[in-house]
Amino acid sequence: MDFSLNEDQQAFVDSARAFSQGVLAPGAAEWDATSHFPVAELKQAGELGFMGMYTPEAAGGLGMTRLDASLIVEELAKGCTSTTAFLTIHNMATSMVGKYGSEALIEEWCYDLTMGVKLASYCLTEPGAGSDAGSLRTSAVRDGDDYIVNGSKVFISGAGETDALVVMLRTGAAGPKGITALLIPADAEGVSYGKNEEKMGWKCQPTRMISFDNVRVPVANRLGEEGQGFAIAMEGLDGGRINIATCSIGTAQQALEEAVAYVQDRKQFDVAIADFQATQFRLADMLTELVAARQMVRLAAFKLDTRDSQATTYCAMAKRFATDIGFKICNEALQLFGGYGYIKEYPMERHVRDTRVHQILEGTNEIMKVIVARRLLMEGALEVIK
Amino acid sequence: MDLTLTEEQAMIQDMARKFADGELVPVAAQLDANKDYDLLKEKLKQLAELGFMGLNISAEYGGTEAGVVAFSVAMTEIGRGCASTGVTMSVTNMVAEVIQAIGNDAQKAKYLPKLCSGEYAAGSFCLSEAGAGSDPAGMRTRAVREGDQWILNGTKMWITSAPYAGVFVVWAVTDPEKPKGRGISCFLVEAGTPGLTVGKAEHKMGQHASATCPVIFEDCAIPADALLGELDDGYRIAVEELAGGRIGIGSLALGIGLAAMDYARQYMTEREQFGQTISRMQGPQWMMGDAYTELEAARLLLMNAACLKQAGKPFNKQAAMAKVYATEAANRACYTGLQLMGGVGYTQECPLERHARDARVTSIYEGTSEIQRLIVARELLREV
Repeated sequence: MDFSLNEDQQAFVDSARAFSQGVLAPGAAEWDATSHFPVAELKQAGELGFMGMYTPEAAGGLGMTRLDASLIVEELAKGCTSTTAFLTIHNMATSMVGKYGSEALIEEWCYDLTMGVKLASYCLTEPGAGSDAGSLRTSAVRDGDDYIVNGSKVFISGAGETDALVVMLRTGAAGPKGITALLIPADAEGVSYGKNEEKMGWKCQPTRMISFDNVRVPVANRLGEEGQGFAIAMEGLDGGRINIATCSIGTAQQALEEAVAYVQDRKQFDVAIADFQATQFRLADMLTELVAARQMVRLAAFKLDTRDSQATTYCAMAKRFATDIGFKICNEALQLFGGYGYIKEYPMERHVRDTRVHQILEGTNEIMKVIVARRLLMEGALEVIK
Repeated sequence: MDLTLTEEQAMIQDMARKFADGELVPVAAQLDANKDYDLLKEKLKQLAELGFMGLNISAEYGGTEAGVVAFSVAMTEIGRGCASTGVTMSVTNMVAEVIQAIGNDAQKAKYLPKLCSGEYAAGSFCLSEAGAGSDPAGMRTRAVREGDQWILNGTKMWITSAPYAGVFVVWAVTDPEKPKGRGISCFLVEAGTPGLTVGKAEHKMGQHASATCPVIFEDCAIPADALLGELDDGYRIAVEELAGGRIGIGSLALGIGLAAMDYARQYMTEREQFGQTISRMQGPQWMMGDAYTELEAARLLLMNAACLKQAGKPFNKQAAMAKVYATEAANRACYTGLQLMGGVGYTQECPLERHARDARVTSIYEGTSEIQRLIVARELLREV
């Protein structure tokens, strides 16, 4: 058992940190205020390999492990939570194309996607299918060499600004087995976009509804086999949960660093508030919980990388725990800033608004508990999940 | 023990609820999005006409004389409708109460009718400074006596309602030689006094329609009779007379928490996943049950503090307990409500994310949660 980073990992972290501090952090507050989607910066991330981290090398990616990718994502999230969260969604969708697309499809899309020249959105959720994703209804009906797609998807990150849509669709009977994944070009005829949702946070990435009205998609754009979509989606979600959990860890680390600096600087009652025991106890708990959450996320990533049979449960536990702890730390850091934490001159309220949604998306934390509980009640579960 | 409201209290609660539902709920999102101070002022005027700007003020000065319990229940109802309107109402009531408690007859006669009638859109407190938040005794703003005037110099921060307040209650150091906190006095300064400048409003996370601004005093001359209360007694006034404000903010927070959970509860009965409404699932049921239990506990703590204050008994500890508990329970309730709504809760399609943003500051202003805990601990140890 070795918890230290190897040379390669340290190099990834250093390069991600430089990009995060140099490119993301300086823009984050303004992108939040103006809802600016930083396409140019995402392209720069692509030049560093961050847009195809775990896409197979054969498809133009870096073919990294999820654990290594998590080290990078944590550093990026310290600079801008919302941009990094989109970047991870792009990575997930891109890796699906790289892993399950035909050679021709990879040729057409993957190199541009992994370079960040083109961007991808992932489309699973529907108005009536949120936590219950297996009940989705947007349909793809075979017509010769094409599918005809009809229906709508909601809460799609990047929608309207991206080039490729990886969409989960119903091709067969009700339930998870009748779902198929297609890559649909964002500008295909019959694809239309709703208004940019006004959200509490994650403001620098657009979130829109996408409607499909008799959209004709070649069968060649299918990812995997017909009926394999839900399995692809679930595999993606395990990794997606690591990503979102990591975004919470990175943001919480940033908030904690800012709070530690602030409490040593801020004087009330003639002493730095860091000298008060109540402040010290709070900081001690914040750091302890943050380290616990980080290690849990890395363990889950390791389980996923080693194809552990319990990986899904570890990912669900890590996502629930790290996003709860991440939000809590950001919220407590805001509190340590007092009134200053509530105004936009300081980043604390943005950290809180941005991490709030991590407890909802990529499977709500309630769904994480359902996954964990269902598994742990099976015979022998506690012998293999430790 | 009887926990029911009197007929008058119930009537005021009912009036407040109707006003919140009819006048505030329909515009709260607009107030949040546009920081529309003119619309806010219109609502404040209506509140004054209902008698809500001087709920605990003597009828002689145009007040409603309804007591502290009525103030608390009215605050909660207004808070359900719009937190920005609620905080303005709470602060304005407290400005009036402080003037009533320690002002002289001339000051009461001059300012209370204007606050109660809505002639002044609001009243403001100027206590905090950049370096003096939780520790107000560390303030730097000075008041120097010159002939029959006081000359004020200094900068106050986080001043609620500053651009549209008619009168400011301002704290300043009058005797820097005295030990910390002993040489501070309190003054009444009218809006428009030369030398008083309101700075630009802070960009906040929530409570957008309530302006929060720096207020700068530059050689601001006010008459000698602008002194409120005794000379050098200002710090005591700040720590003792403002305790009632904690009941106001706690009650406001309770209203925000209830609004969030009431909305989410309705949604639970409509939202179907896995073939049934989520209200039929035990997980969401328990989340809802816990949130309402905490809000009910908050309500009872607030009622306890309000009853003590109304009876003229010490209520400092109870008000601090009520404030810290109610504001934190309200934050948790907004959090739970938002969570129950899933992704929809994170968008401005529904009011949950606004409630969560609005509730957040209630554990910071009017004495942070940390200061409330300090007060509770100090009072408890004093009893040993």
